[in-house]
Amino acid sequence: MNVLLSLAWRSLRNRPVTSMLTVAAVALSITLLLGVEQARRGMRESFTGTIKGTDLVVGARGGTLQLLLGSVFGIGSPTGSVPYAVYERWTKHPAIRWTVPLAIGDSHRGFRVIGTTPALFEHWRYRSSGTLRFATGAVIASDHDVVLGSEVASQLGYRVGSNVTVGHGLNAVAGLGDHESHPFTVTGILQATFTPLDRALFVTLDGIEAMHDAGLAGAAGGGAMPGAMPGAAPPAAMPGAEASPAMPGATGPAYTPPANIFQDEPRALSAFLVGTKTRFETLRLQREINQFKGEPLTAVIPGVTLAELWRTLGTVEGGLRLVGALTIIVGLIGMLVALYSSLEARRREMAVLRAVGARPVMIVSLLVLESGLLTLLGCALGLALTMGGFAAAQGMIESRTGVHIAVQPPGTLEWAYIAIVLAAGVLVGLVPAWRAYRSSLADGLSPRL
Amino acid sequence: MTPTGSTAPAIAIDGLRFAYGSGPRVLDLPSLVIARGTRVFLHGPSGCGKTTLLGILAGVLHATTGSVRVLDRDLVAMSGAQRDAFRAEHIGYVFQQFNLIPYLSAYDNIALPCRLDARRRARLGSMSLDDAIHEVATQLDIAPLLHQQSTALSVGQQQRVAAARALLAAPELVICDEPTSSLDSDRRDAFLALLAASVAKASATLLFVSHDASLGARFDAQLSLPELNRAARQDAA
Repeated sequence: MNVLLSLAWRSLRNRPVTSMLTVAAVALSITLLLGVEQARRGMRESFTGTIKGTDLVVGARGGTLQLLLGSVFGIGSPTGSVPYAVYERWTKHPAIRWTVPLAIGDSHRGFRVIGTTPALFEHWRYRSSGTLRFATGAVIASDHDVVLGSEVASQLGYRVGSNVTVGHGLNAVAGLGDHESHPFTVTGILQATFTPLDRALFVTLDGIEAMHDAGLAGAAGGGAMPGAMPGAAPPAAMPGAEASPAMPGATGPAYTPPANIFQDEPRALSAFLVGTKTRFETLRLQREINQFKGEPLTAVIPGVTLAELWRTLGTVEGGLRLVGALTIIVGLIGMLVALYSSLEARRREMAVLRAVGARPVMIVSLLVLESGLLTLLGCALGLALTMGGFAAAQGMIESRTGVHIAVQPPGTLEWAYIAIVLAAGVLVGLVPAWRAYRSSLADGLSPRL
Repeated sequence: MTPTGSTAPAIAIDGLRFAYGSGPRVLDLPSLVIARGTRVFLHGPSGCGKTTLLGILAGVLHATTGSVRVLDRDLVAMSGAQRDAFRAEHIGYVFQQFNLIPYLSAYDNIALPCRLDARRRARLGSMSLDDAIHEVATQLDIAPLLHQQSTALSVGQQQRVAAARALLAAPELVICDEPTSSLDSDRRDAFLALLAASVAKASATLLFVSHDASLGARFDAQLSLPELNRAARQDAA
């Protein structure tokens, strides 16, 4: 076998262009197939690992996916506003162990600013019960404090003590609409979690309110309004809501807020996270919140909503897998064509091998080894391209989508794909091998070319 | 089972008939006997069945009917695998041209029979393969070329490499199928001299086929295949 392997290898090297093109075709198709799988697995693990231990995410009435993606994953806008009084009411529910309020709507140089309480740092879990840890500094306490996610700190070069000015809206442009009159000071920087938290800034709810109050006081005319989350989609009109008088301090025309703003509450939230006392109570509490008459709310169980997301994406993933499988078939057909078309020119070579003692089965083995080697090289290159590609694109994917796709060694499914492709490559090699076998018997030692 | 030392003829054919599939008969040889250790020149024009006969003697083609004994072994009674093994162990073969595997060096081409078949290798006895290759290469004056790629060699050098490969491990029968037809007369004479000396040293039987009857005088015996082959005579008639 060693002799045949050596012959197969040298034979392939003797046809470098054809061999390299065949390997490249197989490698690219493997890259596509494995890439889809890596992206699928990485995305699922990233999403699932971002929020652990939270039983419910509650927000204004709206789409469950929008609520989860907007409030936890920093993708899109939150569904609307939840009045603070409503939030407070639910914190007293006997089934609830802890809550974490989230006020999302401002940003700083492309990174989201989340108004919250120190409870977030206590209760947020990610991946296998990882708790948030500080690389340096401490948790937010006053309305001028801000804690930075690891990537915010590293990308913007901030450290504890740095001053940060928050911009208005989720896509704030630096310098435009900044709440300059209420700067924050960095009190702490979190260790990397490889979740969207790395790309967020955390301030207190008081800080959010103070920032907007200060902005409103300093603004001439329309500015941010207290009580509503900038950037948040407006909630459905609330029965009984009334128009408010002009904002204090406003010098422009009288401001008439939309009917959906609660006038008697100083704050509103985008969402809040809930930890229940027992898992058993989660479903009952979810139903209770969703049916609450006092305020239209949506409560989602993160795992269930993510499962919905995966079901939605399943069709796309299936389509991509199909494309990957088809490209592999195309790659293998290319290899078949390359090997088959080279046979005519190699009939004398086969005759020489037969003359010096090669049995017909050796001729078959030689061709099968050649196709096997080409496929093996294609798979190895494809695997390297996939891993290298994800390693190289990791930062870009994370910065553009907020999804951290960890580069992982191939899982069982990926190895199964590779094994199937290798087996298919060997089987494809049997076609020219069979022809070579037949022609070596028919040609004898004198191929008629 | 090794025929070495046997006094039986190197080749003994009786009533051999052969046709490719359902095609016309190509060979019809009532009898042919070649003694061991002789250097036989078999000649005939193109298409008279020379290469077909060599294929049968090498065990690559299977006689339709008749008896073919090579080195006292009945090739007709052997299975395909047995004939392959027999050829690998006992027969050296030199083609007319395109003799070498293009992606191997001269050294690796010569080593091929021993690497493909352990019994051929065993014929070297205590001698190493490397020593054997250098010995036969020295005999054929190609030792300096051993590590060159076969495609870098001239036609004459390629033929000598092919002869070295056929002679490696001293096979009892060496079959040459028009090995000099693409050589000029000087190179042809040099090649034939080297071949004859090497075959004599190995005590092998040489069956040399050519359409050029003028080469016959250099051999122990001459055979005209058209005269032996009744199928060829019928075609001519």
